[in-house]
Amino acid sequence: MLKAVILIGGPLKGTRFRPLSLDLPKPLFPVAGLPMIQHHIEACTNVPNLKEILILGYYPASDLAQFVSEMIQEYKINIRYLQEFTALSTAGGIYHFRDQIRCGNPEAFFVMNGDVCADFPLVEMLNFHHQKGDRALVTILSTEATRQQSLHYGCIVLDKDTSEIKHYVEKPSTFVSTLINSGVYLCSVEIFQTIAAVFNSRQQEYYDGGVNGRDTAVIHLEQDVLMPLAGTGRLFALQTNNWWSQLKTAGSAIYANRHYLELYRRRHQNRLALQVTESGDRKQCTVIGDVHIHPTANVHSSAVLGPNVSIGSGAVIGPGVRIRESIVLSGAHIADHSLVLHSIVGRGSKVGQWSRVEGTPCDPNPNKPFAKMENPPLFNSDGRLNPSITILGCSVTVPSEVILLNSIVLPYKELTRSFKNEIIL
Amino acid sequence: MCGKDLKIGAMKALILVGGYGTRLRPLTLSRPKPLVEFANKPMLLHQIEALVEAGVSEIVLAVSYRAEQMEQELSEEAKKLGVSLIFSHETEPLGTAGPLALARDILAASDEPFFVLNSDIICEFPFKELANFHRNHGKEGTIVVTKVEEPSKYGVVVYGDQGRINSFIEKPQEFVSNKINAGMYIFNPSVLKRIQLQPTSIEKEVFPGMATEGQLYAMELQGFWMDVGQPRDFLTGMCLYLSSLRQKSPGLLYSGSGVVGNVLIDPTASIGQGCRIGPNVTIGPGVVIENGVCVKRSTILRGATVKSHSWLDGCIVGWRSVVGQWVRMENTTVLGEDVIVKDELYVNGGQVLPHKSIGTSVPEPQIIM
Repeated sequence: MLKAVILIGGPLKGTRFRPLSLDLPKPLFPVAGLPMIQHHIEACTNVPNLKEILILGYYPASDLAQFVSEMIQEYKINIRYLQEFTALSTAGGIYHFRDQIRCGNPEAFFVMNGDVCADFPLVEMLNFHHQKGDRALVTILSTEATRQQSLHYGCIVLDKDTSEIKHYVEKPSTFVSTLINSGVYLCSVEIFQTIAAVFNSRQQEYYDGGVNGRDTAVIHLEQDVLMPLAGTGRLFALQTNNWWSQLKTAGSAIYANRHYLELYRRRHQNRLALQVTESGDRKQCTVIGDVHIHPTANVHSSAVLGPNVSIGSGAVIGPGVRIRESIVLSGAHIADHSLVLHSIVGRGSKVGQWSRVEGTPCDPNPNKPFAKMENPPLFNSDGRLNPSITILGCSVTVPSEVILLNSIVLPYKELTRSFKNEIIL
Repeated sequence: MCGKDLKIGAMKALILVGGYGTRLRPLTLSRPKPLVEFANKPMLLHQIEALVEAGVSEIVLAVSYRAEQMEQELSEEAKKLGVSLIFSHETEPLGTAGPLALARDILAASDEPFFVLNSDIICEFPFKELANFHRNHGKEGTIVVTKVEEPSKYGVVVYGDQGRINSFIEKPQEFVSNKINAGMYIFNPSVLKRIQLQPTSIEKEVFPGMATEGQLYAMELQGFWMDVGQPRDFLTGMCLYLSSLRQKSPGLLYSGSGVVGNVLIDPTASIGQGCRIGPNVTIGPGVVIENGVCVKRSTILRGATVKSHSWLDGCIVGWRSVVGQWVRMENTTVLGEDVIVKDELYVNGGQVLPHKSIGTSVPEPQIIM
């Protein structure tokens, strides 16, 4: 029997995802029409004999309750949200809830960071882990990055013949390896002995007076567990060429949206809007490429959507509207003839007629193999706003006939004019 | 002279057309400035028609370059109006007074006073009143003056109760007058004695002397006035012209559905469904405006196309240009002749040279070669 643990952190995390995380926990932000971590859950449900999914974080339980019950209903699998009393970090949370994870005697469990998006090859990881026999304690899913970008991740040096991890270092300052930790793991239950050893030595330090007020329950999976395991022959890595990305900034949501929609084309055709030629339906809007339209959204037949657009529940898209490379969240309203490019339109936001809401994509360089999202800071070294996607927080009003370019608008703001390269508080 | 019958009372005029009209580029790269359509009519024709209306039968066009196309097109129009056009070519720039000396033989052929005007002026041309006013005071010259809001940017004219001009003050720092030279004059042929055939400024080198001698009067212009020699003022002038048209001959303005405010649409243009045109728009012959387009404060020249759902404010769209779908253009964007703006682009204050195809947005004002 198997289990999965999805680590979602808490409200103090994901600040770079503002203003979208101001009204909704970031793990529930819809990408390609589904809350971010529903993609994790769906990947788990495709693993045979996986009996339970535990979501770990320190969001209030009420934030997740509805989502969890909806997921149970939809996927007919055990799902529980376990709330940490404080931020315990990756391994600390797992250790704190070790009894919950171990109960029912699973042989192994997946650990997935909630803020990664990927075509998760979980079954492949399982087979790989089995092949390595009893010696395998942890299998890390790894992916290739560019030399430069690898410095922002956990770097893995691999024995090419055995797939054993010979060396592991977290965010090195000099180049170590282009193979990086993707934040998805398969752990044998024996891992708890290793984490327990770390925990106990922390307790010991505490009573010896050497922790300086640090919370001894905080244990980082990467630095405290994986790094010491490297070179012991018990830590393995499975390299994948599947699409993978972190979802740190709002800008990366557009990129993740595009890739999840692309996966639908292969696996969930029913989630994509039909192109007019396929449907032959004159009442349907024109669809270009991959587009997800929630069944309750109301899209006018003269609108043109796509490629890479998601329209949320109850959204209203008026006549002659054009939307490309964007996410329109539930209840938003885009009025006639307006254009939305490289933008996220928050829940219940309204865009008037003949307006233009446009951002600048910050996708990985397509000409560089293995390049990942850059996630640049909001401001550059001259103190100027870096051009990025345009984001409307929830319930923002954009008047008719204005342009909103590379701007971020915080929730409930009523705009009265055009804005360019501004954060509107 | 030359055996030609001279009609008694037939007046003459000289229009200072000048050079290449560089201030109105990129439009003037394709068409000489006098032929650029202002409110669906070549700019110079507004003046020629007004002069003919006031009884002028002979017009000298002072040009500093040869333009076969212009001479041919204007001569045809002149024939229809029954006025004779004489092209007077400067071989070197002669300023604003020199061209009068060059046309001396024509202007001095009779004792009748003659009109002189700058070609970039658009207003309710007061030529009849000007001739009457001039005859009444009986001196050598009269200049038309117009009121401006910010006189410190111009040379102002100071004159007395009867209109007799005392002095000209260039860019006054303190308020002395809010009247400026409107670029329209009437002179007795005797004024030609003051002008040599050499580069001369009429404003700076001729007028001050005339004023000192008490020979120069000012007549105040009623209604709007605009120098439309550059794109921004061209559009402002268009707004003023259209509202004057609303007062004078509202029947010429378009009053179909989807139109807001003062709009001039050529009968051969086509307007799609669900558009909002206006206020202050002129649409030339053969123009196609597709469905769901919004155009404000803009001039769309002959044969241009604006595709569906686009939004234009403060633009001049050149002849046969094509603006794609969901395009936003604003802030005195000027497209030259035969420019293509691809779908979904944003053009902010772009000046686009002729025959150019634009495939990426122009977010800040820029000249596109």
